Amino acid sequence: MQSVAPEKAKSPSVFARILRSWTGGTSLIVLAALLVLSILVNLGVVGFDPIAQTPADRLLAPNGTYWFGTDQFGRDIFSRVISGVGSSALISGVAVTIAALFGTLLGLVGGFYRGVIDVFGSGLTNVLFAFPPLLLALTLASVLDRNWFTVAVAIGIVYIPIFARVTRGPVLSLREIEFVKAAKSTGMASIGIMFKHVLPNIYSIAIIQIALSLSWAVLTEAALSFLGLGSPPPAPSLGSMIYEARTLVLIAPWTLWAPGAVIVVFVVCLNLLGDSLRDILDPRSKEVNS
Amino acid sequence: MRVLESAVVKKAAGSLATLVGVAIFVFFMLRAIPGDAISASLGTEAAGLTEVQRKSLEEYYGLDQSLASQFFSWVGNLFQGNLGFSVRAQQSVLDLTAAALPVTFQLAVFAIILALAIGVPVGMLAASRVGKPRDVIGQALSLIGLSVPAFLLATTLLTFLAVNLGFNPNGLGYKTFFEDPVVNLQQMLLPSLVLGFGISAPIIRTTRAAVLDVSGQDFVRTAKAKGVSTRRLQFKHILRNALIPIVTMTGLQFGYLLGGAVVVEQIFSLPGVGRQVLTGIQQKEYALVQSTVLVIAAAFVIVNLLTDLLYRAIDPRVRAE
Repeated sequence: MQSVAPEKAKSPSVFARILRSWTGGTSLIVLAALLVLSILVNLGVVGFDPIAQTPADRLLAPNGTYWFGTDQFGRDIFSRVISGVGSSALISGVAVTIAALFGTLLGLVGGFYRGVIDVFGSGLTNVLFAFPPLLLALTLASVLDRNWFTVAVAIGIVYIPIFARVTRGPVLSLREIEFVKAAKSTGMASIGIMFKHVLPNIYSIAIIQIALSLSWAVLTEAALSFLGLGSPPPAPSLGSMIYEARTLVLIAPWTLWAPGAVIVVFVVCLNLLGDSLRDILDPRSKEVNS
Repeated sequence: MRVLESAVVKKAAGSLATLVGVAIFVFFMLRAIPGDAISASLGTEAAGLTEVQRKSLEEYYGLDQSLASQFFSWVGNLFQGNLGFSVRAQQSVLDLTAAALPVTFQLAVFAIILALAIGVPVGMLAASRVGKPRDVIGQALSLIGLSVPAFLLATTLLTFLAVNLGFNPNGLGYKTFFEDPVVNLQQMLLPSLVLGFGISAPIIRTTRAAVLDVSGQDFVRTAKAKGVSTRRLQFKHILRNALIPIVTMTGLQFGYLLGGAVVVEQIFSLPGVGRQVLTGIQQKEYALVQSTVLVIAAAFVIVNLLTDLLYRAIDPRVRAE
């Protein structure tokens, strides 16, 4: 555990430092552009209605009207891809929030109180860790009613143990550190100590993990929808678009490359953002990773 | 030696406890499915059942028993090798799983070998000149490996090779290695390439980080000062010490492959365990899903235990603890 040195008066902000590194900055801008675009598409300002079918315009190659071409129902692929990025971001965001919330709480409470709670928490973590992630996500998704929220819940549950494990260790050492003991000796309630003194010290660990988990969540969501266990159609989803493109790719290659290229760009940006956030928040990783 | 043994026993006991937890979790997870096993297996015909027919079916499936006794009879059956029966395949789940596990295992081994063959050298090269072109290329390669979904790579490879070169060994029925080694190896080629490429990414990252970490230590400087050749330094002194995180990461990835290969198995029509779960889910055969998921999780726990033991063998420091 690194010493808990007082942070420099929070300057410059993490956000500014991300923007300054060119990989972090570029990926942040691309991600923001994709998200804004997807909101505009869903509001109907840009492109077409992602689920509107125009049978007369089936399987058109990319052109001035349909930038990424059309699919077998005459739907605009550009609008579908961009709207798919939006829903993928929504599902992944909710999933990682669920995982971060419950996982951090599990690690915090278990590490802080030890005893029976910790045994139960660590046991649950080990059980969830015993499944290959995609397998657990797809079994959970098949058990729950299918809509975008349950897909997010399924992915979220899979990533709970990661957050529990990365936070529990630091909490174990934090509870032995002087300022926590000092707070205890002043008679402060232990629940107050946990949230006021211990939790703020594991924020950066949780934030790094959130950033790294987002790209996995996007890939998991895409794999689930590729396998037919994501949000039900006709909602546009990158995974199911690629699935449908398998049979069309010979006559209409854009049905594969458009969603394929966009998901790769999306995940590359998330990975770069996660890496640069980690370099900034975790000084130890910097020597090794930059 | 006694210390090592007690650590191993402790680890094994922990794994066993985890497996019990896994069994409970899998059982209750599949009980959360809306509707019961009868409507699930009969579909719409379930509506036409008379009260008596439904009662007798419930009795047959043990659904009239309490959840706890259903759980214990499932576990009891597992211990006798009875994993359930697949109505669609008209085969016991044990037979199905026994046929599917070797497929996944072979795929996982091939993918891991490829991933190590790519990942370790690239990671070492990247670490040898930090910030230089070879490092940037290595890092870019790992970023691509982490970011390209397996199903996208698989779909692209399959379509273009099949169309342009007429190479589609997976289009025919699956052959085991003993039935037809040549066809089997051809069928394993693309799927293990796809998986191996994806897994090489974390291996590159782990190798690079571990090599850099070890290179900064005092004993490396001492060895350099003593005039140890670069090659000997790289392989004898650095790689050997960097091996522990690499072994851990490899074990973890191998475990993931046991169930995580489902997408690739599906695309390349390989009848492995991942695909068996997926088929079970699609056909609503929950007995099949329940037992197969448990078998995969058990394999995963065992692989993790073995990884743990392996790096105890590699690292004297862990042994001494």
